[in-house]
Amino acid sequence: MIKIRNIHKSYTNGQNNLHVLKGIDLDIEAGEMISIMGPSGSGKSTLLNIFGILDNYDDGEYFLDGSRILHLNERKAALLRNRMLGFVFQSFNLISFKNAMENVALPLYYQKINRRKRNKIALEYLDKLGLKEWAHHLPSELSGGQKRRVAIARALITQPKVILADEPTGALDSVTSQEMMDLLTEINQTGITMIIVTHELDIARHTQKTIRIIDGTIQEIVKNEAGSQKPEGRSQVRSTKYVAASNVQQKKYEKVA
Amino acid sequence: MFDLDRWQEIYHVLKSNKLRTFLTAFGVFWGIFMLVIMLGSGNGLENAVSRNFADMTTNSVFIWTQQTTVPYKGFPRGRRFNYDNDDATALRNAIPEIKYLAPRIRGGDFFSTNNVIHGLKSGSFSIMGEYPEFFLIDPLNITDGRLINDLDIEEKRKVVVIGTRVKDLLFEKDEEALGEYIQIQGVYFKVVGICKSKRTGEQAEQENQNIFMPFTTLQKTYNYGNRVGFFAITSQDGIPVSVVEEKAIEVLKQRHGVAPSDDRAIGHFNLEQEFRKFQGLFTGIRVLVWIVGIGTLIAGIIGVSNIMLVVVKERTKEIGIQRAIGATPVKVISQIITEAIVLTTFAGYFGLVIGVGLLELVNYAMESSGADADMFYQPGVDFRVAMIALTILVCSGALAGFVPARRAVAVKPIDALRYEQ
Ligand SMILES: Nc1ncnc2c1ncn2[C@@H]1O[C@H](COP(=O)(O)OP(=O)(O)O)[C@@H](O)[C@H]1O
Ligand SMILES: [Mg+2]
Repeated sequence: MIKIRNIHKSYTNGQNNLHVLKGIDLDIEAGEMISIMGPSGSGKSTLLNIFGILDNYDDGEYFLDGSRILHLNERKAALLRNRMLGFVFQSFNLISFKNAMENVALPLYYQKINRRKRNKIALEYLDKLGLKEWAHHLPSELSGGQKRRVAIARALITQPKVILADEPTGALDSVTSQEMMDLLTEINQTGITMIIVTHELDIARHTQKTIRIIDGTIQEIVKNEAGSQKPEGRSQVRSTKYVAASNVQQKKYEKVA
Repeated sequence: MFDLDRWQEIYHVLKSNKLRTFLTAFGVFWGIFMLVIMLGSGNGLENAVSRNFADMTTNSVFIWTQQTTVPYKGFPRGRRFNYDNDDATALRNAIPEIKYLAPRIRGGDFFSTNNVIHGLKSGSFSIMGEYPEFFLIDPLNITDGRLINDLDIEEKRKVVVIGTRVKDLLFEKDEEALGEYIQIQGVYFKVVGICKSKRTGEQAEQENQNIFMPFTTLQKTYNYGNRVGFFAITSQDGIPVSVVEEKAIEVLKQRHGVAPSDDRAIGHFNLEQEFRKFQGLFTGIRVLVWIVGIGTLIAGIIGVSNIMLVVVKERTKEIGIQRAIGATPVKVISQIITEAIVLTTFAGYFGLVIGVGLLELVNYAMESSGADADMFYQPGVDFRVAMIALTILVCSGALAGFVPARRAVAVKPIDALRYEQ
């Protein structure tokens, strides 16, 4: 799904040139759930942003789902992000004047799907995440955990091939973090490739593979026990159960095809 | 197609800082308001002046006599002279560019006392001897009866056309004037028509006190012989009346032994020139108004553009989020430009409506109070100008949004996302 070869990236700040990524090679298969770990400032976010076509790279090759990502104009990049990728940001990055449902529906708005249809789909996703009752609330009226789930619903609604999550459990207590990881794991089980940046070992253990980055180079790639317990062909499962990441509610639902 | 999300965003942006939105909008409002008020007032002045020209043929010239100022052919300077009927024939023969030529004469000498009598009433009025052509040069409204005609001239009939004021003063309120006889300087004339000036104010009042009779009748009845008081001449269509004016003066100088260099012996007034001057003046005013108005408007537009820049900067992160989840640059740009257009168009539309409303109010107040319309008449802007102003607004709104919009998509999405206030 993602293939990068010898990726380099530097930031230039006036006179200073900061070489952040120093030749990264990586292959991520479709349906994999991997984590990227490393100390602060090691270049994890930079790498994830390149995956997300939010930033460019200086040297090397990047293939997303088989096609080369190079010198894309902003329009094509926007279309690719919209169709292929889902983002879960550390700060939830919801639009303040749109309610939960409208926030979730926004990516479909850019696909020019009409309002009634996209809101209906958004409601289904909110329902899956146990947030149906909150659909018409503004982000300012939601708790941190609720906002995070709205952000995840927004990332899911276009049925992307890859979900990129930058420290999705940052600033969450350990119980909520656990629930978040359970949720992401379940999403991954529907076949969506999942890339999670984190610096917590507990979080990384939930994934099948951990990429350790130190100072802009890959130190090691570790297979995790828990993640590798994944039964064969699980990514092909079409109907599954999400555990809503809420203390109160547990919802059952049918996955929308 | 109505796009609720787009309007929701516009509403949010404009609402989130109400005072700022109001002040920005006020700049545009004021620009268009001033433009409308100034254009409307300019039109008011122009309407008043052109009403004074009424339907008068503007390519006309009036020529009368004054004293000579240069000795010539044995004549001393300071000589007075008179035109006569032969001059009229000579002018017509010599100048093919003439369309209408109307010799005129004023029944002089009998101004001071009450020169006109009807029954027990009397009054003092100007008596004019006219050819029918004169009424083609300076038209009047006939309220009753008819004007002087060729047969009147030929037969030197004792008939008159009187102004409405003359009728009011000489006749009882509901008395029929048409067909009645009035006595002018001891001679009876039959009233065949009643006329009313097309002008306004003082000019109209004076014209309504005129009594017109056939030119030939006046010459004969009051012993003017062949004398002509002055000439009213118009040129053929498409020929400037100054051509006729020059030639006519030359002919008249020759016929009356006036030195070719004597510029003051023959008095003349070229209405076309006068009209041109006014037209030039009003064109000047209009150009000035547009310059000032557009200038004010531009100041307003720059205000909008500035505010949009600030808004775009404030919303950098939000726009970054939108782009991360799939908003294309075109989408972002069109959104910001629409915001600018909405702001300018709304504000400008209010300026337009309130400006036009104010002009209408002034108009109404003037009309209902019967204020003097000599200087100011029916101020207002026409629909076309209003449409032009609106078009300018929409275009300038788009322009105001363009720079901020470009700036919004110039940054990389990741930099926009990372942006913190
Ligand atoms: N836009 C930028 N301009 C300059 N330096 C940057 C920028 N973004 C990140 N950096 C620097 O690059 C390095 C790697 O950043 P990042 O990828 O965010 O690290 P991590 O996510 O692993 O903490 C850090 O030293 C950071 O300060
Ligand atoms: Mg980071």
